[in-house]
Amino acid sequence: MTTKNYQLETLTCPSCMAKIENALRRTKGVESVEVLFNSSRVKVTFDELVVSSDDVKRVIEGLGYKVLGEK
Amino acid sequence: MGTTKLQRVVLSGMLIIVSFVLKRAAVSPVIADVFMLGAAMVAGIPIMRKAIAGIKYRILGIDALVSLAVIGAVYLREYWEAAAVTFLFTLGDYLESRTLEKTRASIKALLNMMPDMARVIRDGQEMEILPQEVVKGDTVIVKPGERIPVDGTVTEGNAYVNQAAITGESIPVNKETGDTVFSGTVIESGYLKIRADRVGEDTTFARILQMVEEAQDKKAKTQKFLETFSRYYTPFIIVFAVLLFIFTRDLRLSLTLLVIACPGALVIATPVSIVAGIGNAARHGVLIKGGEVMEKLGQIRVLAFDKTGTLTEAKPRVTGIKSFGMEEDELLMIAAIGESYSEHPLAKAIVSAAQEKLGPIGEFAETSEIIPGQGLKVKVRGRDYLIGNRKLILENGVRIEQEQEEYIRQEEERGQTVVIISNVERVLGVISIADAVRADAKQLIADLKRLGIRKIVMLTGDNRRTAAAIAQQLGIDEHYAELLPEDKVKVLEDVSRQFGPAAMVGDGVNDAPALASADLGIAIGGAGTDVAVETADVVLMSNEIKKLAYAIGLSRATVRNMKQNIFFAIIVAALLLVGVLAKKVFLSSGMLVHELSVLIVIINAIRLLAYRQ
Repeated sequence: MTTKNYQLETLTCPSCMAKIENALRRTKGVESVEVLFNSSRVKVTFDELVVSSDDVKRVIEGLGYKVLGEK
Repeated sequence: MGTTKLQRVVLSGMLIIVSFVLKRAAVSPVIADVFMLGAAMVAGIPIMRKAIAGIKYRILGIDALVSLAVIGAVYLREYWEAAAVTFLFTLGDYLESRTLEKTRASIKALLNMMPDMARVIRDGQEMEILPQEVVKGDTVIVKPGERIPVDGTVTEGNAYVNQAAITGESIPVNKETGDTVFSGTVIESGYLKIRADRVGEDTTFARILQMVEEAQDKKAKTQKFLETFSRYYTPFIIVFAVLLFIFTRDLRLSLTLLVIACPGALVIATPVSIVAGIGNAARHGVLIKGGEVMEKLGQIRVLAFDKTGTLTEAKPRVTGIKSFGMEEDELLMIAAIGESYSEHPLAKAIVSAAQEKLGPIGEFAETSEIIPGQGLKVKVRGRDYLIGNRKLILENGVRIEQEQEEYIRQEEERGQTVVIISNVERVLGVISIADAVRADAKQLIADLKRLGIRKIVMLTGDNRRTAAAIAQQLGIDEHYAELLPEDKVKVLEDVSRQFGPAAMVGDGVNDAPALASADLGIAIGGAGTDVAVETADVVLMSNEIKKLAYAIGLSRATVRNMKQNIFFAIIVAALLLVGVLAKKVFLSSGMLVHELSVLIVIINAIRLLAYRQ
């Protein structure tokens, strides 16, 4: 299991939190998701054998939120 | 996607204006409509893109609702409504991100205090490297105007250092050889050579930053509740809109309902107030670990203070030495050697008094056993000694003579703490130590009473008389003396049951259990002690205890702000619902009110940034 933090552009509507959360939860290999509204970050724990960090990024960006950085 | 939010807002706004002008000039209504449609597309297409991406994951977000409304408006040939909804939504989003950044600005400002360069001496050469490349033990040089890149000890030089990054206090303090300096603080004048003790992520400043960052997203109870609420509210309104359409065939009404289905102001009401409050606190050197703590802090009814190091300076000094049947210097020497391993403030006072009087102490205790809340059992120069309080002496079967007892009592009544030194047979002497009360402690107690704290108690391992002397001096309601760490936990439970939520205030040296078990743990002087910073819910980074009153006031202001926001958001949501059903509010005006309410909530939270004492 790997946990990564993705820095997004300033999140404005808390409803987008639910969107990102649901989308990632439905992604195979993702164990847990936490969207941090105030710091505009997404904390994802996932199984690297099933899903890569790039895949996770693609899901977030596919929803229309630019990923500015990860760590 | 190549355009920014702002560009889209401006472009679609301009198209709307052109369309209006064309309509006024009565050129051709068709051309005017084309421009209006253009405006709707410029602002609307990115929204639709997001909506489609969301629907792929079977998520109906606000963008999907807005998209639906726009498509409906176009279908109804209401081009102005379509343009207005998308324009307002995009403009609102833009303004919200700008204002939201303000609420988060204090925390960002803190991040900017992170040092970005370190000058170290390696192989006799001065070189500039990144702060995270410094290793423990490196010699770091810092010049005026520069940020200290590590936590360390001054080895050479003298400087005035602004420690605002850590303590929130911007009056510079003097640092010279032997003093501890912190990463993130700035040299105002002078020059320092520093031995790096803690680097990178381990520095106090880096850890504060990390904790503040984590804190801002620890949700308040109210927030969790509101999130659950909105999770049901939105689908409910959507179903309602669909039903309404089936029964009334009024597409316009149903579409308007969709636009107001997302209670944006309500969901954002709590996190914006919390982040502004935490940011304000961080700027003043107070670390509040999350929304729930913020809510609890203002509701505290009982404050329990640890005495030593919290209400007093914890820099106790030896004020008198009385020996029975031996030289005073010898007594002091035995005590100092015996206490040489101890980190207890009383021990430090004895050791430094001995060093001052007798010069460096080259010896250590041969064995040393700490009896919590009592003192030490030590072996010095082959002999067993007890160094500690009355309990220690009596429990080990040593008698305290009448004359000795009288002297001890006299000293204690003067507010002195006495350390009794005995061998296995008899008391050898008494060392009196006094610890000055913090200059701002009295003010704090008065402030707290004004804030309506019901009960202020003091918990201490010290004896009754010293405790009473200090409690009286400060105006503390009740004091509990001669407590062991676990007793403090018990007393806390008692007072909390009697008077309401209780907070424990301590410096964390020996009250970590109490800090952890209280309804709320507050640590002071966090820049020094790690355990306290980790266990406590609220940390005052500096030693200024009067900031506690500020923190409680801020917490209440934050909760008040939150409640104003929630109240306002509920009223707006209710009025919108009524307005829509009464057909007074349509797409564009619904969106306008919605976006305005979100902005007002954010702006209200920004007011919190200005909170002072």
